[in-house]
Amino acid sequence: MLTYLIKRLLEMIPTLFGITLISFFIIQLAPGKPTDVMSEMNPKITPEARERLEKLYHLDKPIIVQYGLWLKRVVKLDFGESFSSDRRPVIQKIWDTKQPLIDRCLFITFLINILSMFLIFLIAIPIGISSATHPYSIFDKVATTSVFIGFAIPGFWLALLLMMLFGIYLDWLPISGFKSIYYDSLTFTGKILDRTQHLILPLFISSFGGLAGISRYMRSGMLEVIRQDFITTARAKGLSEKKVIYKHAFRNALLPIITLIGLSVPGLVGGSVIFEQVFGIPGMGQLFYKSVMSRDYPLVMAILTLGGGLTLIGNLIADIGYMIADPRIRAK
Amino acid sequence: MKKTLPVFFILAFFIFCTYSLLFAAEAEKAIQASDVSFTRAYGDALVTGSIGEPSVLVPMLAGDSASHDVAGLIFNGLVKYDTDLSVIGDLAESWEVSPDGLIITFHLRRGVKWADGVEFTADDVMFGFNTIRDEKTPTAYKEDFLQVKKAEVLDKYTFRVTYEKPFAPALTSWGSLVVLPKHLLEGKDITKSDFARNPIGMGPYKLSKWTAGQEVVLDSNKDYFEGRPYIDRYIYRIIPDSATQFLELQAGSIDVMGLTPIQFTKQTDTIFFRENFQKFRYPVPTYTYLGLNLKHPFFKDKRVRQAIAYAIDKNEIIDVVLFGLGRPATGPYVPNTWFYNPDVKKYEYDIGKAKALLKEAGWEDTDEDGILDKEGRPFEFTILTNMGNSLRENTATIIQWRLEKIGIKVRVRLLEWSTFLNEFVDKRRFEAVILGWSIGFEPDQYDTWYSGKTKEKEFNFVSYNNREVDELLEKGRRTFDKEERKKAYFRFQEILADELPYIFLYVPDATPIVSSRFKGIKPTTIGISYNLPKWYVPRDLQKHRMEE
Repeated sequence: MLTYLIKRLLEMIPTLFGITLISFFIIQLAPGKPTDVMSEMNPKITPEARERLEKLYHLDKPIIVQYGLWLKRVVKLDFGESFSSDRRPVIQKIWDTKQPLIDRCLFITFLINILSMFLIFLIAIPIGISSATHPYSIFDKVATTSVFIGFAIPGFWLALLLMMLFGIYLDWLPISGFKSIYYDSLTFTGKILDRTQHLILPLFISSFGGLAGISRYMRSGMLEVIRQDFITTARAKGLSEKKVIYKHAFRNALLPIITLIGLSVPGLVGGSVIFEQVFGIPGMGQLFYKSVMSRDYPLVMAILTLGGGLTLIGNLIADIGYMIADPRIRAK
Repeated sequence: MKKTLPVFFILAFFIFCTYSLLFAAEAEKAIQASDVSFTRAYGDALVTGSIGEPSVLVPMLAGDSASHDVAGLIFNGLVKYDTDLSVIGDLAESWEVSPDGLIITFHLRRGVKWADGVEFTADDVMFGFNTIRDEKTPTAYKEDFLQVKKAEVLDKYTFRVTYEKPFAPALTSWGSLVVLPKHLLEGKDITKSDFARNPIGMGPYKLSKWTAGQEVVLDSNKDYFEGRPYIDRYIYRIIPDSATQFLELQAGSIDVMGLTPIQFTKQTDTIFFRENFQKFRYPVPTYTYLGLNLKHPFFKDKRVRQAIAYAIDKNEIIDVVLFGLGRPATGPYVPNTWFYNPDVKKYEYDIGKAKALLKEAGWEDTDEDGILDKEGRPFEFTILTNMGNSLRENTATIIQWRLEKIGIKVRVRLLEWSTFLNEFVDKRRFEAVILGWSIGFEPDQYDTWYSGKTKEKEFNFVSYNNREVDELLEKGRRTFDKEERKKAYFRFQEILADELPYIFLYVPDATPIVSSRFKGIKPTTIGISYNLPKWYVPRDLQKHRMEE
């Protein structure tokens, strides 16, 4: 077991290296340069000034040299400074130690994703199980239809409708942002309440769309397990239906869900651009989008490396999860 | 040039204030009677919604408009634009230009304090000047300052610069870009220091708190040299989605935003908005144009360009694309500016004239396929523009439809911004483009029209070449005499209107909306925000109570 883990971890190093190499070259393929923001269509900038700017960012060197420079810094865990005009260290943009934890970009995205993932599993798994135990019943049909509606509705559109309903007509919830302008004068409980209010709509939107996938996986997994011999055996033994489903069938039906959990680990730090934009939430999605649009290479690379690393870790977690849940895999 | 945030200082205004304070009771009664006279009061907060987030709050380092919006409230410059676009003093009380136009001597205002209490002197100007010229400072505004041959601090309150050649745009370059506190930054690398995100300025507001991606909070500078601003707090909220912003406006969570044409004309045309908000409309100093590649055989002929101008109905574009919120552009300047020549040749929509001109130029439909041709070549070309700008996309479509009527086949191609500029505009691989220029309030347009500015990445990308224009541009930037300059630029506009290197399309209007509790807003050519420190909310209308 331990040697297996070490082997897997060592294998991750060259893979991550490959990911960064490919990413670095691909982002350079897009036309445009980080200095464009300052110099494009600005008559006040001469070709010499443009060259000076490019030199400042080492953009005049061949790509492979630039990659070398980047790699040299990254092995020391230094992701460099952003190319945008604030020139802050990239790490500070992702994880700003000067802000309270709750206002740090990565934390915001992480918090929303963890909560919405939790909500999705909390709701989707029971839906999936009930649908499977009562297939083609009214409940199954209603549940299936509604989760698919959730899946099919464009999130930004539903978000705007809900903002109008709860923010303007009912005036129950704030429309956008992640805190209100009075936040600093609130008491501790007031602050928690304020953040919670701001989280309700984004959480609802991000969970609603995710229900379909998990509940369908759960339903089909469960249906498959229920038809198997050992379930018939369990029933023949005279076990209660509850015990049959939740003790014997459930554990086996969870196997595909473990893969899904593993796969969603990188998603925990990759925010959704669209819903962050609509709700004005300063998470990773917006940060990444802005960095790509302004060709802010160091920031793009840092986020891609982070995402790549987490994908690998996610895969590893999924494999370990399998091993724990399924003795057949452990034996191999 | 980015406009500085100018602030009005009127003595009469203060007399009025004193008057109002003395007769506050009467004035309060007057509110019910008429809504003209309100009592000025300190307090309340102004919440602005913005799509973009500032990146740095030091004007010389900033490249985006959000940064300039906020930094403009924290820093002042030596000079600024008055509402009639003449240049007036800001931190400089007065200045002299030597008769040969080479030396400018600024006399600085005395007793101005940085927000940390240290006095502002000529050394700070010198320090900022050296910083902006420094090789290592990543700024897009260096060029104007590289023209300076010599800069000297004559005494604590006198700063003198000497230029190689007379350079008329020089004066306005001494706006908000250059002044930095020497005592805080000397010997530090400005790009590495914390200053760019925690600036100390001397402007009407000072930074109180900045939560990345969410809001920038500014508090009023009670010791501001033009008097304490009435509104105590300015909150710049970042809301990247314009639909969300509009909902926030309806919910009362933001007080100011820029409206889109449809929001301005239709969505805010309700009783709710009329009662709770005030809308403003004024031309922004930008124009949109159809640029024709003058090296292309089709467009070499002036008559063809004029024919295209006659075939396009500018008013139709304005009505459809901008919902009427704009005006036709007649040249590279916008109306209401002193250098705008209103009497140039205009091309009213006239399909007959267009056809006649094309015929004269040898374009006829000989094979009767509906498309004009000349020497066997059909009149077909592609208009390129950038993706995501629906105004330009729609303009292109209308032009395509109009030109089809005179037998010109147009294709429209949308490209991602960077690709568009790097692969097509810079390399001159285009037939026609739709683009816009943001021109500011300085008439010097040497870089866009001078015949020598046609190299890759330079801005005369349509390859316009006219000796007289070259001379006029040179003359305009080398004299400080306003009348002389005006004459040169008037003639320049006449020539452009005749030769049409671009088909000038429209000047859009800025359409901001402000909550009606804010009083004292006076829209002018330079917009509404120039007198922000003088905006106020009458005591009984105040919404946010600020803890002192």
